[in-house]
Amino acid sequence: MVGIVVVSHSRKLAQEIIEFSMEMAQMDIRVINAGGTSDERFGTDATIIMNAIQKADDGSGVVVLVDLGSSIMSANMAIEFLDEDLQKRVFIADAPIVEGAISAISQASIGSSLEEVKKSAERAKEYSKK
Amino acid sequence: MIDKNIFLRIINNLSDSIIENKELLNELDRPIGDSDHGSNMVRGFTEVKKKLENVKESDFSTILKTIAMALISTVGGASGPLYGTSFLKASGAVVGKEELDEKDIIAVYEAVIDGIKYRGKSDKGQKTMLDAIIPAYEAFKACVENGGDLKKASDEAQKAAAEGVEYTKTIIAIKGRASFLGERSIGHADPGATSSYIILKSIASVLNE
Ligand SMILES: Nc1ncnc2c1ncn2[C@@H]1O[C@H](COP(=O)(O)OP(=O)(O)O)[C@@H](O)[C@H]1O
Ligand SMILES: [Mg+2]
Repeated sequence: MVGIVVVSHSRKLAQEIIEFSMEMAQMDIRVINAGGTSDERFGTDATIIMNAIQKADDGSGVVVLVDLGSSIMSANMAIEFLDEDLQKRVFIADAPIVEGAISAISQASIGSSLEEVKKSAERAKEYSKK
Repeated sequence: MIDKNIFLRIINNLSDSIIENKELLNELDRPIGDSDHGSNMVRGFTEVKKKLENVKESDFSTILKTIAMALISTVGGASGPLYGTSFLKASGAVVGKEELDEKDIIAVYEAVIDGIKYRGKSDKGQKTMLDAIIPAYEAFKACVENGGDLKKASDEAQKAAAEGVEYTKTIIAIKGRASFLGERSIGHADPGATSSYIILKSIASVLNE
């Protein structure tokens, strides 16, 4: 099944997003928290994200949800550090982190393909709050 | 020429300059950011100094790569992947070199600028570190083309970087956290441009010793 990695500046925030989104999961899937820094501050660390992607992948690929700024840059950098084979099946979703995580996790948990999970995450961008 | 000895002095000196300017950089990051640029950079360059001890016998490229990895895994903020990418690209630009001349430094500047533009999807005029580094590069290159040596060119570069920092006060932030403030970002110097200036100034001061 497609794995999910959540990258927020705050590890706790990422944790809450994961727990909240897992409520919608139909089956257990690999969702890895790659938020925060190794010394538990606000921030991101490309090496933490790289390790999380490797853990999240079972061969089906990984969708990464990010918040802002350094999350995006560190996630891009992490993907460049991966070996080429894995690189090809990792995508950063262009989506808000909470809504994107909910969509991606529920989609991944029914065994959907990498492409479907990514699309589902990015559809969350259109979710209207009017 | 920059030999190994001078190179190591440059790295140590610029790390110390960043460490000395922690409060200033945090202060600049207060009105248009989250007050952590100094703390981020100091964590990074403290780790750089530590890691440098293990690799000081290695070649330029290995040392620069080690610096990049130290920054990437300790800085935390946007400046981490940005300066990290800079040093990684610089490492690629000096492969096999045992000394660095004016032309090599121009190549390093170009690699650094390309790296930041690529990582940050940014360009000059957006109130970022590029507004110090790009003018510095242009001044360095122009000076060398007019027959200037490393000392002169690095001095021209740091002056241009200082002017670049002043210029960031007059413009709106388009990239990074400060962009959330829109018009309110005008009137404040960019912290990342300032840290780049501090680095370039310390390089020039070692070369002019
Ligand atoms: N996309 C970008 N391109 C170039 N420089 C950027 C970009 N985003 C941020 N910066 C630089 O990073 C600096 C902020 O660094 P720092 O405070 O350490 O990170 P954060 O913004 O994550 O708190 C800014 O002052 C700016 O110079
Ligand atoms: Mg900051």
